[in-house]
Amino acid sequence: MPSEYFLAHIWLIPLFPLIGAALMLLIGRRLPNSAVSAICVGSVGLAMIYGFGAVLQLIMRPVAQRLVEVVLFDWVPAGAMHMTSGQLVNFNAQWGMLLDPLSAVMLCVVTGVGFLIHVYSIGYMGHEGGYYRFFGYLNLFMFSMLVLILGNNLLLLFVGWEGVGLCSYLLIGFYFLRKSASDAGKKAFIVNRIGDAGFILGLFLLVGTLGTLRFTEVGPAITAGGFAVGDGVMTAIAILLFVGATGKSAQIPLYVWLPDAMEGPTPVSALIHAATMVTAGVYMVTRMNAVFQLAPLAMAIVATIGAATSIFAASMGLVQNDIKRVLAYSTVSQLGYMFLALGVGAFTAGIFHLMTHAFFKALLFLGSGSVIHAMSGEQDMRKMGALWSKIPTTARTFFIATLAISGIPPLAGFVSKDAILGAAFDARPTLWVIGFITAGMTAFYMFRLVNMTFFGQSRVPHDVEHHIHESPASMTVPLMILAFLSIVGGWIGWPASLGGSDPFSRFLEPVIARPEASAASEAAGYGKDYALMAASVVIALFGIWLARRFYLEHSEIPERLAERFSGLYQLLYNKYYVDQIYYAMFVNRTKDLATGLGAFDRNVIDGLGVNGAGWATRAISQVSMWWDSWIVDGLVNLTARIAWVLSIPVRMLQSGRVASYALFIVIGVMVGLAYYLHVSGVTLHSVLH
Amino acid sequence: MVPIGHYLFLSAALLGIGIVGVVTRRNVIIILMSVELILNAVNINLVAFSRLVGSVEGHIFAIFIITDAAAEAAVGLGIIIAFFRNRETVLGDEMDILKW
Repeated sequence: MPSEYFLAHIWLIPLFPLIGAALMLLIGRRLPNSAVSAICVGSVGLAMIYGFGAVLQLIMRPVAQRLVEVVLFDWVPAGAMHMTSGQLVNFNAQWGMLLDPLSAVMLCVVTGVGFLIHVYSIGYMGHEGGYYRFFGYLNLFMFSMLVLILGNNLLLLFVGWEGVGLCSYLLIGFYFLRKSASDAGKKAFIVNRIGDAGFILGLFLLVGTLGTLRFTEVGPAITAGGFAVGDGVMTAIAILLFVGATGKSAQIPLYVWLPDAMEGPTPVSALIHAATMVTAGVYMVTRMNAVFQLAPLAMAIVATIGAATSIFAASMGLVQNDIKRVLAYSTVSQLGYMFLALGVGAFTAGIFHLMTHAFFKALLFLGSGSVIHAMSGEQDMRKMGALWSKIPTTARTFFIATLAISGIPPLAGFVSKDAILGAAFDARPTLWVIGFITAGMTAFYMFRLVNMTFFGQSRVPHDVEHHIHESPASMTVPLMILAFLSIVGGWIGWPASLGGSDPFSRFLEPVIARPEASAASEAAGYGKDYALMAASVVIALFGIWLARRFYLEHSEIPERLAERFSGLYQLLYNKYYVDQIYYAMFVNRTKDLATGLGAFDRNVIDGLGVNGAGWATRAISQVSMWWDSWIVDGLVNLTARIAWVLSIPVRMLQSGRVASYALFIVIGVMVGLAYYLHVSGVTLHSVLH
Repeated sequence: MVPIGHYLFLSAALLGIGIVGVVTRRNVIIILMSVELILNAVNINLVAFSRLVGSVEGHIFAIFIITDAAAEAAVGLGIIIAFFRNRETVLGDEMDILKW
């Protein structure tokens, strides 16, 4: 096999799961579960092999050549168009795949974690109905996500963007017979769509300003355009694109769909709402970093919203009782961290956290699925406890993931979170404070979850207790692999301050338009860095200690606190009533508009229009009838009457009296005779003489 | 010889009397008789001209007319009698049922 085989065939990577999805669509219903598993998991496995192979071959290339583009065909050859500057340019959007360091990282994460979750789903969904449908949707999702990250232009990215939104809807509403599930699916799709509106506007503005959407051409176009830092158009584009990211990656104000999305099966939560789809926004912003770096205002907005979202979601995660809800709010919070990183210019740190978060969050969700599986479907943590010895593998891997997310060195979460916090401290110290507090809250609520679920007194109902069992190998092996990655995954970006060489950041450097001047901070020494790291470890340990005190030693404290601060507790428990506010502000107003339009339709269009047209037709027909009976018939009768009137004198001739007839004969003869004689030249004079 | 003018005057006088009779009289039998008068006036005219010219065609035609007059009188009287049997009248004024 030639050394560039995988690189030349990166277009096959999305194709494998697409074939799996197509097969499920066509013949899935008639296949046994084993065939479905083989096809769908196998297709993702193939995608993973091709993906890893391509990344390996990419790494083997020298740094300057790490960009492979394979164009399949011209998709939108729109031809000549005028940009807003008046310049004429040839617009062309292709169906092409691009592999560079950024998409390589995403590719490894998506295919690797995706494959593990597919394997896990064999065990988890084994007894569920609609097995083929689940895997078909999952494969369709993998296709869309791969198109998103491998696309060589923003339009193709958007195709994948929409595709993952669709699959999210399909998979959240997988148990569509349950109203809460179908409602959650609709909510996810609609809220996503709102973000997509901003995204599309950003696309239009981008096309008008630069004349191209192709990633390899955007950079040169920006340089050629001579845009100044703080340029208005670039700021507008960046903000609009970020609006799309808030929808897809669940930031304020469009995060509301993610907690409800837990209605879907747990593998869906793991794959889509932890590891892959929600990270699409982060990927997109990083991909367009050339635009964002020209718009400091937009970067400030990104960072602020990221930080605000992270602390906001963490506060709600403190009091949730459903194990998946806590993880959902945790996801929103961690995504906030990623956007905080992007907003302060630390793009590589954001992607790094994306990768480590994928590992431990997927592990957390899959672990929770294993717990729920063991608990025969119970998801309320208040009914769990003391499961450590009963489901050992699940418990131990879950614990490792919790340590990772809390930022305990040397696990993965510590390295990536610390990179973010370090960059935030340099750029905007206020946001560092927010991130710092959130780190403490994260450790607290995660260990609250672990303590309530695995340790302490058992609050498990009696009938459930009998069935508690460890999950099959198809579920526990992915857990163990992810636990391993959660431990070592951060080592690839081990910072220089701790003796590492941070190969990860160096790998991603070519993608960033203007890399941060890291040389300055290196020269200044690592004192500040050590202080920050120590601080974040301390607050994490504080959070863990607090969780231990509240939920293991003195378990009456949380209840008493909830009573004393009941207003605050209710506010947090009810998610700040944001759903209700949105409902009142937007949903009900839309319903009112619909009702109004419905009334308009019924009364004006149906009443005036349709019924009115009927009434008018009848009125016209009345006029026509009058015309017909009076005018037309009248004319006919008039003609007859004229003939009658004209016939009166003629009729009088026929008196029945023969004598008058005889008279007329005589008169006629005389007239004829006179005429005849006159014509012959005979006159009275000539007769008499 | 008698001049042709005398015959013509006689024939014209008879014609006039006959026409007046047809037009004026009430009794249908008198009307029939007037018709006979007209026919005879025509006969006299024909014979006079035939004598003047010296041919015999006028005489032949007059005999045709006489025959024809006889037949006509027979038929006419038959109609009058048939009508009289129905309506008991011979006055032309009262024979007006074929009207509008």
